[in-house]
Amino acid sequence: MLELKDVYAEVEGEGIEILKGVSLTINKGEIHAIMGPNGSGKSTLAKVVSGHPEYEVTQGDILFNGESILELDPDERAHAGIFLAFQYPVEVPGVTNTTLLRESYNTIAASRGREELDPLEFDDYIREKLDLVEMNPDFLERSVNTGFSGGEKKRNEIFQMAVLQPSLALLDETDSGLDIDALRVVSEGINKLHTSEDAVILITHYQRLLNYIVPDFVHVMRDGRIVKTGGKELALELEEKGYDWLDSQTTVNGEVK
Amino acid sequence: MSETKALETMIGEEYKYGFSTDIEYEEFPLGINEDVVRLISEKKNEPEWMTEFRLNAYRAWTEMEEPDWFNATYEKPNFETLQFYSAPKHRPKLDSLDEVDPKIRETYEKLGIPLEEQKMLAGVAVDAVFDSVSVFTSFKEKLAEAGVIFCSISEAIQEYPELIKKYMGSVVPVRDNFYAALNSAVFSDGSFCYVPKDTICPMELSTYFRINNMNSGQFERTLIIAEENSHVSYLEGCTAPMYDEHQLHAAVVELVALDNAEIKYSTIQNWYSGDEDGKGGIYNFVTKRGACRGKNSKISWTQLETGSAVTLKYPSVILQGDNSIGEFYSVAVTNKKQQADTGTKMIHIGKNTKSTIISKGISAGNSNNSYRGLVKFNRKAENARNFSQCDSMLIGQTCGAHTFPYIESANPTGKIEHEATTSRVGEDQIFYLQQRGISEDDAISLIVNGFCKDVLKELPMEFAVEANKLLGIKLEGSVG
Ligand SMILES: Nc1ncnc2c1ncn2[C@@H]1O[C@H](COP(=O)(O)OP(=O)(O)OP(=O)(O)O)[C@@H](O)[C@H]1O
Ligand SMILES: [Mg+2]
Repeated sequence: MLELKDVYAEVEGEGIEILKGVSLTINKGEIHAIMGPNGSGKSTLAKVVSGHPEYEVTQGDILFNGESILELDPDERAHAGIFLAFQYPVEVPGVTNTTLLRESYNTIAASRGREELDPLEFDDYIREKLDLVEMNPDFLERSVNTGFSGGEKKRNEIFQMAVLQPSLALLDETDSGLDIDALRVVSEGINKLHTSEDAVILITHYQRLLNYIVPDFVHVMRDGRIVKTGGKELALELEEKGYDWLDSQTTVNGEVK
Repeated sequence: MSETKALETMIGEEYKYGFSTDIEYEEFPLGINEDVVRLISEKKNEPEWMTEFRLNAYRAWTEMEEPDWFNATYEKPNFETLQFYSAPKHRPKLDSLDEVDPKIRETYEKLGIPLEEQKMLAGVAVDAVFDSVSVFTSFKEKLAEAGVIFCSISEAIQEYPELIKKYMGSVVPVRDNFYAALNSAVFSDGSFCYVPKDTICPMELSTYFRINNMNSGQFERTLIIAEENSHVSYLEGCTAPMYDEHQLHAAVVELVALDNAEIKYSTIQNWYSGDEDGKGGIYNFVTKRGACRGKNSKISWTQLETGSAVTLKYPSVILQGDNSIGEFYSVAVTNKKQQADTGTKMIHIGKNTKSTIISKGISAGNSNNSYRGLVKFNRKAENARNFSQCDSMLIGQTCGAHTFPYIESANPTGKIEHEATTSRVGEDQIFYLQQRGISEDDAISLIVNGFCKDVLKELPMEFAVEANKLLGIKLEGSVG
């Protein structure tokens, strides 16, 4: 479904290189977790896949369903089925959650030749999705993320994911900021949404999340590269030993570091 | 930017159809002097007292200086070569919408203007079922039933001289300012509305104007009087791009609200704003003022200013009656080289008077957008209150936004609250919406509409949707 081929990316116009050769293959039905210390490039990776204009891919390629998406605008990537749950969701004052989601849903539907929903149909549709993440309906008529608490913003991201039903979801530290109960509810929501037809990438610092959403693979990023890949037990090992433990046994592109 | 192109083509088209060779237009002398003023009055068959009113204004004007205290620079109009009177325009007649420039049609479509109205705007002959004359007639009948007088100011001068003598110039005195004096001397036409006591005007005064207001000329004059316990809502302007061969527009609008009366005045302005360098755009120098003369009266101004090369405009309310209320809701959008210096004045004279100011300025391109507002509490204005919220939004790095709030309070019991914010439409905000599948232009449109929500919701329902779209069109391609 998603294939990163030795991707190098830098800050557009500044020449600051952040991704330094990332290769990653994600198939339908899989859940991948990406971990790694602060500043290692996890969010940048997510933004590069979703097409943030701040970053430029200087080398390598990103394929989605077999085709390069490097030339696609972020909205076109969203139409193709890529969804990013933001580490820092953005406030859009004056635009209600419903307005945004209806516009999103219908634009994506139109681009895929699916039927658009009128306001009444849409209202029925999103109310179902609210239940999935146990979100209070009052949030529908509030401005997008405006004045939301940190946890509410994160829950709202997953609510949006539930409404838009992407085929690839990149969840950037969705667990940070959620309280214990919210973490459980939101994780269960993500599990319910996940099918054999879609894939999920979880970016997280905490292995706790992975107790709820069990990954097929865990990758560790350091300094713009994936330095280790393993199964779900790798997360536990990291939790116990810390990232420095990796230094002793890391290999980068085949060379012992 | 498709709209600019549409307008450029439109101008070309209009000239092709020969506005500039209109015979009457050519024959009227250029420049201004007492003879010209007399001639205008004569052309309009006006009574002696009106001619005197104009001459007085003209003499006052000759002694006045052209103002330059605002935050805009432009080439001053040359009054020697200006045409001060033009006969009603003859709009070109086309046989079907297919003959209209596709770019212009595209703009109409984007705005969602109904087909029949598109035809009228574009000057296409319309079906008998929906021609403007029949609409206008049924409209007038309904108003007459309610006792509301609604006609052109020229007609009112002939038919209701007592009302005109009593009220014209009573809110905006002839000597009020340079452009008001000029307007008083040479005003072309405009509308007059009188709502009698205990009457609620049965309809939004807009439907007719959307189509016909296009011919009111460069020195428009409007007078609205709401008697005791009456209510009227009036909308001027049009979302469709308007081109006019007169560069200078200096209108005067006067509103009078008596005891318990309410006037709601809404404007959508989308005059031609010039080419990429701002050349050829319209100067919009308007004096708009309302007097809350009666107790418990209320006047609200709502404006959506999107066009013109230069806009200088301060719709104001004089709160004379005790407990009267003044409101000003404004969205001013500037793009390319546009310059807007707009705001309001709330003059509190009566006791317990209350005013609200909500101003949203959006600047993009190389434009300059200023809010200028005065809140004044006179000595006798016990317990006056004002709330002002002035927000600016910047799109891109090359535009300017400024806020000039002036406060004068001569009564210690008054309360003034002022809030101001400046924000920038950020790359992150746009990316967030794009990530949700929304195109860049639509993202900007959403962000801007969200920003203006508190003002847009004050517009009459039927125009709210068009207003939304208009904002989007105005800002198309303003990022990246
Ligand atoms: N626009 C930018 N300009 C300069 N440096 C940048 C920019 N964007 C990212 N960086 C740098 O790139 C590195 C990777 O950032 P990124 O946000 O991807 O880290 P992260 O792995 O998500 O970290 P965290 O766990 O703290 O969220 C950081 O050092 C960051 O400062
Ligand atoms: Mg991050």
